[in-house]
Amino acid sequence: MKRILVPIKRVVDYNVRIRVKPDGSGVITDGVKMSINPFDEIALEEALRIKEKGLADEVLAVSIGPADCQQQLRTALAMGADRAILVQTDAVVEPLDVARMLRTICDRESIFLAILGKQAIDDDCSQTGQMLAALWGRPQATFASKVEIDGAVARVTREVDAGLETLEIDLPAVITTDLRLNEPRYVKLPDIMKAKKKPLDTVDTASLGVTPVERLKAVKFDPPPQRTKGIMVKDAQELVDALRRKGLA
Amino acid sequence: MNRILIVAEHDGARVNPAIAKCVTCARAIPDAEVTLAVFAADPATVAASAAAIAGVDRVVTVTHAAHANPLAAAIAPQLAELAAGYSHVFGPSTTFGKDLMPRVAALLDSAQVSDLMAVESATRFRRPIYASNAIVTVESSAGAKVVATVRIASFEAAGVSVAPAPIEAAVVSAAPDTHTRFVSVSSARSDRPDLQTAAKVVSGGRALASAENFGILFKLADKMGAAVGASRAAVDAGYAANDMQVGQTGKIIAPQLYLAFGISGAIQHLTGIKDARTIVAVNKDPEAPIFEVADIGLVGDLFQVVPEIERLLDRPG
Ligand SMILES: Cc1cc2nc3c(=O)[nH]c(=O)nc-3n(C[C@H](O)[C@H](O)[C@H](O)COP(=O)(O)OP(=O)(O)OC[C@H]3O[C@@H](n4cnc5c(N)ncnc54)[C@H](O)[C@@H]3O)c2cc1C
Ligand SMILES: Cc1cc2nc3c(=O)[nH]c(=O)nc-3n(C[C@H](O)[C@H](O)[C@H](O)COP(=O)(O)OP(=O)(O)OC[C@H]3O[C@@H](n4cnc5c(N)ncnc54)[C@H](O)[C@@H]3O)c2cc1C
Repeated sequence: MKRILVPIKRVVDYNVRIRVKPDGSGVITDGVKMSINPFDEIALEEALRIKEKGLADEVLAVSIGPADCQQQLRTALAMGADRAILVQTDAVVEPLDVARMLRTICDRESIFLAILGKQAIDDDCSQTGQMLAALWGRPQATFASKVEIDGAVARVTREVDAGLETLEIDLPAVITTDLRLNEPRYVKLPDIMKAKKKPLDTVDTASLGVTPVERLKAVKFDPPPQRTKGIMVKDAQELVDALRRKGLA
Repeated sequence: MNRILIVAEHDGARVNPAIAKCVTCARAIPDAEVTLAVFAADPATVAASAAAIAGVDRVVTVTHAAHANPLAAAIAPQLAELAAGYSHVFGPSTTFGKDLMPRVAALLDSAQVSDLMAVESATRFRRPIYASNAIVTVESSAGAKVVATVRIASFEAAGVSVAPAPIEAAVVSAAPDTHTRFVSVSSARSDRPDLQTAAKVVSGGRALASAENFGILFKLADKMGAAVGASRAAVDAGYAANDMQVGQTGKIIAPQLYLAFGISGAIQHLTGIKDARTIVAVNKDPEAPIFEVADIGLVGDLFQVVPEIERLLDRPG
């Protein structure tokens, strides 16, 4: 059985304007719209395409977090994932512990490919995939914009500062997705109905042998410094004059 | 004493300009001793450029054929081994550092501080979250090794040293992993300034409407000695190359001057330019959110304004 793992993180929707709580204890997440991390939708889409080409048999979606993550897992099932596991916890789980749990799942489910988002748009850590690859002792191809599976190897094009880099990696391996890898499909109503019948198991962190540890304590949260209000100019001449006054032209 | 090890990203000839910024960050830690580690197939010239950065106490080199092209899988086990005896291990928040450092952190059983933007003490740091819409102060546990990527837009580059630091060859026993092979890299190399370190950046959005039209921005940029950037919408539409994307998921930049033409100013884009000294926005929609952050705003059609600016720059003011 060739199985692909796609971790799904529940995050504040990218359209929500984030505000820091006045007491600095966190950001306001009560009552805001939550969604699948956009990079994870891309990861799932890629997994589904690989399966649809006959190169994999099953796509497993896993989320680690509170009970509400079921919503995002149901959406993943509606998109086409075959099965889902919720690792239910209300604890703050840092990337290293997320990676530890995923590593255990990779072994238990004999995963041949794990596709993660390159970053979660809430904490913007961009760590989990690389940490999973390290703990698993397997290759990583991060920031992927093209993936080709060819037997026991994958050829991955990566978006790097210099341009595009291509790597060849032995499977099993970890890939993390960049925005231009694909465009995720829309979920259709009948798929949502079908998804209700697909298996969604809930387990706890202990069953994966991990007790989440807080290695980095969040001491306080601040709003970012505000930029001072600028000026409006009426034409190109005034614009160039303003630049010259600042010594920028 | 805090012993800080920084992985010196390089292109085979010189260290990346981001490294001088990592050194400034490391120097902000009290009682710091700073070591740069060069992984290369032939490290001599790179090591010399690393040793010339002011504030560097020592350069160590690791020579291996596997480092002809920088691969996280090859470097990580060796960097993790070198990290013994250091309190902090830093890399730049470039795609190289973002790829490598979490792999190293996991091998060291450490958490990672991503995008470190300010040092408050040897264990307390600030970093941006939610596309820089909030800043979190984090404290690492006492005695734990601190692994971090340094947000290069937050630090000035260290200067050039009068007396170069000593260079030593390091002995490591960990073998590079071979399950990952470099195939190729393609880059639209140009003689224009590098987007991540340029003092001036001219940037375009979806409004440019074609790759050919982007040419007017390249012309203006050349006149100003500026690099060229783009919004995600412009990159997705194929008007600009992927390595030109500025924003949360592209490059985070801090130029003296950022000129945004036909960019609406989505949160994800603004994340990439928050540290620019002066932001100029030209947009035909007076309600465009980019005007909320612009120091100088002009409501107008970029296709008229850009050639006009170019013409006016030729005339002495
Ligand atoms: C200092 C600090 C304080 C925090 N405080 C809180 C808090 O108060 N409350 C709170 O709810 N969270 C909090 N978190 C967030 C929580 O710890 C994050 O889940 C964790 O940091 C992962 O970071 P990331 O998602 O940015 O990882 P990244 O490495 O950016 O994620 C990359 C990919 O990994 C996968 N992934 C990551 N996490 C999960 C997951 N949980 N389930 C499935 N897949 C996943 C996804 O595929 C994702 O695209 C805090 C984090 C930090 C660092
Ligand atoms: C997870 C995620 C990550 C993202 N990461 C990034 C990122 O890193 N970088 C990024 O840029 N975006 C990113 N985005 C996308 C972002 O949300 C916006 O969609 C994007 O920035 C819009 O690009 P734009 O401003 O060019 O296009 P639009 O929003 O379409 O704006 C075009 C603007 O041009 C103006 N205009 C049109 N014609 C003219 C004219 N002739 N003269 C002058 N003005 C004109 C219009 O008034 C409009 O304001 C991300 C989105 C998501 C979901």
